Amino acid sequence: MKELSLHILDIVQNSVHAGATEIEIDITESLSDNQYVIRIADNGKGMDNETLQSLSNPFFTTKNKKTGLGIPLLQQHAEMTGGTVNIWSEPGKGTVITAVFTHNHFDRQPMGDMASTFISLVVAYPQIEFIYKHTTETNEAEINTFKIKEILDGVPITSAEVLEYIRSIIKSIS
Amino acid sequence: MKKVANLDDLRRLRDELKSKTSLREKSEKSDELIQVRVGMATCCITSGSREIMTFLAEELDKRKIEAVVTQTGCMGYCYAEPTVEVLVPGKEPIVFGYVNKAKADEIIEKYIKTGELVEGIIPKNYKNFDETEK
Repeated sequence: MKELSLHILDIVQNSVHAGATEIEIDITESLSDNQYVIRIADNGKGMDNETLQSLSNPFFTTKNKKTGLGIPLLQQHAEMTGGTVNIWSEPGKGTVITAVFTHNHFDRQPMGDMASTFISLVVAYPQIEFIYKHTTETNEAEINTFKIKEILDGVPITSAEVLEYIRSIIKSIS
Repeated sequence: MKKVANLDDLRRLRDELKSKTSLREKSEKSDELIQVRVGMATCCITSGSREIMTFLAEELDKRKIEAVVTQTGCMGYCYAEPTVEVLVPGKEPIVFGYVNKAKADEIIEKYIKTGELVEGIIPKNYKNFDETEK
């Protein structure tokens, strides 16, 4: 992965696979703590302790294939910057993944095209609500598909014009 | 400072779109629509499938083609990523490999619009990893 936003797209697929109906993506940048934090929280089916313990194993997956690289790759990239990945999960409640990167580390990837990540999720999963928050020391911004759909009042969120609107909002806050 | 997304712009956009006579109601039955599935597993994402996904979603809407664009898991053709599966009602599903924006454009203009086959087809002899039984 060349961008943090690609990791986000990848990790959110796990939330979708877990049957989540609401997925929160929080980015918090803190220059004073020198941290860049990505938090992804879902209300999917959650995981038991045994599954949680296996997540960093690249050959562990709950799908019928041989590898599960999403979380190990994120972990590797976070650790390369001196950071960590923490995962909280409880069956029936959901999962929260928190990846902490050292903000000014040479190996911390850029956020990249978060707008395309968000748009491809909104298009593919119109039945899921996505909440994206980006907080810096001077700014706080949020985009929430639930509110957008309410305003759209039946106009598809997947219309090219609406996607363009979402893209411009995310570009202005990322 | 909390930055508020300009919801008035969105309201204006909604009214504009609602007033357009071209506003199409998507059929209730998705099996009557063209379905475009873009592989979006870890292997696909690292190969650039996100840009193909957004390109197809935006361009199909702009070109007024009624289609459902969605994502799918690993198809097992990691060597040929990004992969795109197109299902035209009444036809066999077709998987295209090594799809870049130019190829995606060709898929829309030739295969989806006229039914003409384009290069890069991978025979669908697989079952999606998410679909196969354990």
